[in-house]
Amino acid sequence: MDFVNAIILLLNYIFIPALTYGSQLALGAIFVTLIYGILRFANFATGDMMSFGTMMTILFTWYFQSLGVSLGVLPTALLAIPLGIIFMILYMLLIDKFVFKYYRHQKSPPVQFAMVSIGVMFVTQAVVRIIIGPGDRRFFDGEKFIIKAREFKEMTGLNEGLAIKSTQVLTIFVTIVLVSLLFWFLNKTKTGKSMKAYSDNEDLALLSGIDPKKIVLVTWVIAGILATIGGALYGLDKSFKPFTYFNNMLPIFAAAIVGGIGNPFGAFLGGYVIAFSEILLTYAYKKFFMYVLPESMEPDSLVQLLSTDYKFAVSFSILVIVLIYRPSGIFKGKVL
Amino acid sequence: MRKNLNVIAAYSIMMVLILMVGIFQSWNIALSIFNLCLISAVMTMGANIQWGYAGLINFGIMGYTALGGLAAVLISVDPVQEAWRAGGFDILMSLWLIVVMVLVIRFVLKRFEKSKIRTYSIAAIIISGILLIRFSAEPGIEAIEAVDPAKTGFLGGFGLPIIFSWIVGALFAGGLAFIVGKVALGLRADYLAIATLLISEIVIAIIKHEDWLTRGVKNVIGLKRPAPYEVDLQTTDWFIKLVEKFNSGKLSVIENLADRQAALNQLVIEGSSVFVKLCYSGLFLVVVIILLILTQKALYSPWGRMMRAIRDNEEAANAMGKNVVKQHLLIFILGSAIVGIAGAMLVTQDGLFTPGSYRPMRYTFLIWVMVIVGGSGNNFGAILGGFVVWFLWIEAAPISLFLINFFTSGIPETNALKAHLIESVPYFRFLMMGLGLLFIMRYRPKGILPEKIEIK
Repeated sequence: MDFVNAIILLLNYIFIPALTYGSQLALGAIFVTLIYGILRFANFATGDMMSFGTMMTILFTWYFQSLGVSLGVLPTALLAIPLGIIFMILYMLLIDKFVFKYYRHQKSPPVQFAMVSIGVMFVTQAVVRIIIGPGDRRFFDGEKFIIKAREFKEMTGLNEGLAIKSTQVLTIFVTIVLVSLLFWFLNKTKTGKSMKAYSDNEDLALLSGIDPKKIVLVTWVIAGILATIGGALYGLDKSFKPFTYFNNMLPIFAAAIVGGIGNPFGAFLGGYVIAFSEILLTYAYKKFFMYVLPESMEPDSLVQLLSTDYKFAVSFSILVIVLIYRPSGIFKGKVL
Repeated sequence: MRKNLNVIAAYSIMMVLILMVGIFQSWNIALSIFNLCLISAVMTMGANIQWGYAGLINFGIMGYTALGGLAAVLISVDPVQEAWRAGGFDILMSLWLIVVMVLVIRFVLKRFEKSKIRTYSIAAIIISGILLIRFSAEPGIEAIEAVDPAKTGFLGGFGLPIIFSWIVGALFAGGLAFIVGKVALGLRADYLAIATLLISEIVIAIIKHEDWLTRGVKNVIGLKRPAPYEVDLQTTDWFIKLVEKFNSGKLSVIENLADRQAALNQLVIEGSSVFVKLCYSGLFLVVVIILLILTQKALYSPWGRMMRAIRDNEEAANAMGKNVVKQHLLIFILGSAIVGIAGAMLVTQDGLFTPGSYRPMRYTFLIWVMVIVGGSGNNFGAILGGFVVWFLWIEAAPISLFLINFFTSGIPETNALKAHLIESVPYFRFLMMGLGLLFIMRYRPKGILPEKIEIK
């Protein structure tokens, strides 16, 4: 019985939160990696673009709520996400037209692109803060839990409760569907294949008649979808605050690079690598060992490898190690 | 003279702007803007050495600034004897363990050929070393943090004058830059940017959470000053006489003796804080001028020419027998050390160390905007960039408030949109910075004062 308790404990505090967080990171990381692979620059405005998409979603959610439209047990935000995506894509295309296009035609070095994206980051941050303000916003409605900890305990008679939030299930489910669709698109359709070709060798792709304008357009559209859904899911699960989104850029970058930048599947897995290592290394295992070990061997300390304050530092250290020893990422992306 | 006309014009405009703030707002505000402009200028000079001279991108400026600040704390705060007694031994032991660990790793690296086994054994040494240090230091750390946690709870510093920390801050930052450079300088430009950004976040995380060393988010306040205190000045005779002399015209108009005394007191209080700020300005100006002379000399020396050669064509410079890796490391350390000085200056001016306030937006990206806007590769441009951008950063709110009121003057005060816009005035500074950066990069990619190289 103790063993089952221990497993439930790990499920509740490590596995499910890490899976959720990893999914949110994975969507962002695929966004970063697509932009890097096809438009060839590190987009420092990633986090803020995600917060823009989330902001649009929140505004439409409020509008629907004021109309009295709701989805019952599901959050109203699901209805608002498609509209948020449309505005996100429009914003990205606008930015591309007025900012990035010029440098693409100039064939500027990636560093200059990165600098320009910092300008975009500042502007987007301002736009988001001016429209919705810097504060913390919760926009979740509907049923909060699928299984409550207390109900689970009563149901199974175990000591440990297992709580599953509906946002967690939603996040994981949406991520799986979205990512499968994306991989199907990239690997099976003609446009997807031409995107891959463009990413691998631009000149060769252009010679074989691939239209670069279309590639860029499709990339921004996919990026808009990923950014809005990733951001909205994070906001539903936790809360929306522009500054947090800006900070999330860092683990997202870490995930993209760990997975091998330019490689979408690597970025997807990279998100989970980062999330799991962050949570595994900072969790206090005392209770777990209390269940597993006999009473005489129970630990006195918290059995925590690193304090939770260092959560972010863990992912960054992993990134630094990967950059030094395997700069192309664990799953072979673009070689440096 | 003629060819430097744009430099002189740009600086004169900047000075006029600051003087206008002094005249229309207050001299206190003008001087605090000026002081922070000087500190920003030092930071931009550091970043400019790396980016403008050598083409190295360093997004870790925040980390070096914070280390400079930490130096200010460690140098100026008096040692906490009780904490040293409680846990000093454990901390010293851990320090000793770290030294041993580094030596062992060096030994392994020197002694054995490069192989998988060597890599794994080094990883094993590092992991076991960290665990060992963690367990051996924990009782000491807990003991130190338990010593009067509301007031101290940390080891304190050396109790030296805070001015020394400007040098120590440079050493700290240079030391970190040495490690980072060894690790990350081989990376391609945009990866280097990401890596340095993340490393600086790690540095901040450590400073924030190692309470025994830095007091963490509990902040260190009331650091010693290199300048006199306002309260002392207000009771000093010569200072009151000085204020009286300066304002004799204004004071003589007042007939009533009591009124005149009250007016003088008010002037003395205002004057004292202006005087303190002027002291800081003097100190900072000395640093800026020394650094400017040194960096200008370096730029036109054979070494500066070599750096530009490396920046413009690494392979060619390498073929000419220049050690690119070594020079990159050197310039990375030098630039970061200058940023470290700025970090120490900043804490010196504020008199407090708040690890929570180090954010990449303010201390990394804003500094980069300064470098790009001012003109990379040109020291005068970098300093000007620091001035212009910091000035706009502070004055953005009043300017945008004025603009909003101007454009919406036809709309009544109660209009929801107008009220919302006025409420979000503080965020227009981000918009200004972003648009400024984008416009400069598009239409004047070399900055306001572009790099100009003359062969002398």
